[in-house]
Amino acid sequence: MSKLISIKNVSVSFRDHIALHNISIDIRKGAFVSVIGPNGAGKTTLLTVINGLGRILSGTVEVFGRKARPLNINKIRKRIGYVPQQMAVDPRSPVSVKEAVSIGRFGIIGLLGKWTDSDEQKVENALDKVGISRLSEKPVGHLSGGEHQKVSIARALAQEPEIILFDEPTSNLDPKAQNDIIKLIERIYSEKKYTIIFVTHILSHIPHSCTDVVLMKKGRIVKSGNADDMLEQKILSELYDFPMQVSIVHGKKHFHAGHFHTGHSGRGDGNV
Amino acid sequence: MQGISILGIQAEGTAMFEIFTYEFVWRAMAASILGGITCGIIGVWVILLNIPFVGIAMSHSAFAGAVFGLLIGVNPLVCSLIFCSIAALAIGPVADRGGVSVNISIGIIFSFVLGLAFLGIGLMKGPRTEALNFLWGSILTVSYNQIVLLCIITLLILILLILFYREIMAVLFNRDIAKASGIPEHIILYVLLFLCGITVTLNINSIGGLLIFSLITSAPLAAYQITYDLKTMYFLSALFAVISCLSGLFVSIFINVPSGALIILVSSMIFAICFVLSPKKKRTKAYGPS
Ligand SMILES: Nc1ncnc2c1ncn2[C@@H]1O[C@H](COP(=O)(O)OP(=O)(O)OP(=O)(O)O)[C@@H](O)[C@H]1O
Ligand SMILES: [Mg+2]
Repeated sequence: MSKLISIKNVSVSFRDHIALHNISIDIRKGAFVSVIGPNGAGKTTLLTVINGLGRILSGTVEVFGRKARPLNINKIRKRIGYVPQQMAVDPRSPVSVKEAVSIGRFGIIGLLGKWTDSDEQKVENALDKVGISRLSEKPVGHLSGGEHQKVSIARALAQEPEIILFDEPTSNLDPKAQNDIIKLIERIYSEKKYTIIFVTHILSHIPHSCTDVVLMKKGRIVKSGNADDMLEQKILSELYDFPMQVSIVHGKKHFHAGHFHTGHSGRGDGNV
Repeated sequence: MQGISILGIQAEGTAMFEIFTYEFVWRAMAASILGGITCGIIGVWVILLNIPFVGIAMSHSAFAGAVFGLLIGVNPLVCSLIFCSIAALAIGPVADRGGVSVNISIGIIFSFVLGLAFLGIGLMKGPRTEALNFLWGSILTVSYNQIVLLCIITLLILILLILFYREIMAVLFNRDIAKASGIPEHIILYVLLFLCGITVTLNINSIGGLLIFSLITSAPLAAYQITYDLKTMYFLSALFAVISCLSGLFVSIFINVPSGALIILVSSMIFAICFVLSPKKKRTKAYGPS
């Protein structure tokens, strides 16, 4: 399979702070890549390098076989859906949920392009898939954090991109919504064969269909490989600098943080 | 604020309609309507982009331009337009290249043009009233040429707003989201800022350089209080600004006070009323569970 994203020796810095140190990674078409690592590891920065929102200090980024340049970056972005980690929305913003989701199609339609019934349909379908059709006329500023997350996901789906970047799409969601969204991501992956890059802290949310796991720490990719090899007690404990327990129940991996055998439950222990 | 003896008309007790026989009144009305529409629309951008001080920065750029125009003997309006265009077009790139927010960039540009303006004033000989008049302005003394320019900018703004409504909405909603969707966010933002600059310059003579800031923010803020719909917000903001300008104009005809001040007082009053009546305060009623 062909390389869809090729990142070579990329460094990113925010003034004197280096967020990515000379990172190289290739992602092939149709891969489901989960990116994990502690806070501040550079996961979000890596995603913004792919869609050109972040500025790189050195190195090259090629997406769809094209080098990202100011002149073609919009062409590339149209084909990449982005579900950002967090987004500030003014509570009084005069934009409805449906309009906020429609933005996903604006880039594809292009300047002076026409908004057609098929665009409308795609927006409605996306709202429906994520389960927020009933909110469509609501001012987007009135949503809860989780509902915002769903709007972002719907926007990315409405865009019908080839790559979707998910930055902690389940943070802020209630348990049922988390489950729904993970199922949805798995479904769109299996149905449409999108290439997906999925950042998460909740290891149990890494789906079965995940093809690669990338471990990041302090601006570096410390390891990468298939999910089975990477989601392993020793590797994870090292990654998070914290004892991690992995147990297998009914053929599914479960992850626990903290010393599992300390006797008392709670306080630092929990499902991850 | 030239001493146009409007008071005389009133003293004679002639019908109010007589004022419409004066050409300058028609010009002033045109300036009010066009100025209201342009300030109302760009005000929506200013509020939603959260860059209220762009108005102040632009009017001082225009002022600096006028000062230099007077110094070198070039039409001050032309010089203001040039200064304002350059300043407005610099805001975006300064923010992007410098990695700072648009507001910081506006602050940088503002300090720079203020320095230029003071330098220009320092270099001026004789009384500086002509330059300072620029900061006041009166809607009663708007020239025919200015009306033509205002017509052009109004049309330009309306056409761009209609053609690029979607893209502008996306940029106003969230610049990063707009960018990530493949919208040329930079170009859109730069054009919006540029139009802000031109609008401020062209309305300075009628409303006044210091007061235009207030009109640009209070009209859209009033609209912002009462609607969640962007199209309605554009419409109401323009309407409020036109009402403010027209009522400021007529009151200033009958009692000899500066029109700019009245325009701002009316627009502030509209804002106060909208703020008190705002449904956004009781939104649970308007958008309860369905
Ligand atoms: N805009 C910024 N300005 C300065 N530093 C930044 C900025 N964005 C990120 N950083 C720094 O870059 C590093 C990587 O940030 P990044 O957001 O990529 O981390 P992350 O892995 O996504 O973390 P998290 O799990 O908390 O989301 C962090 O140390 C952070 O402090
Ligand atoms: Mg992050």
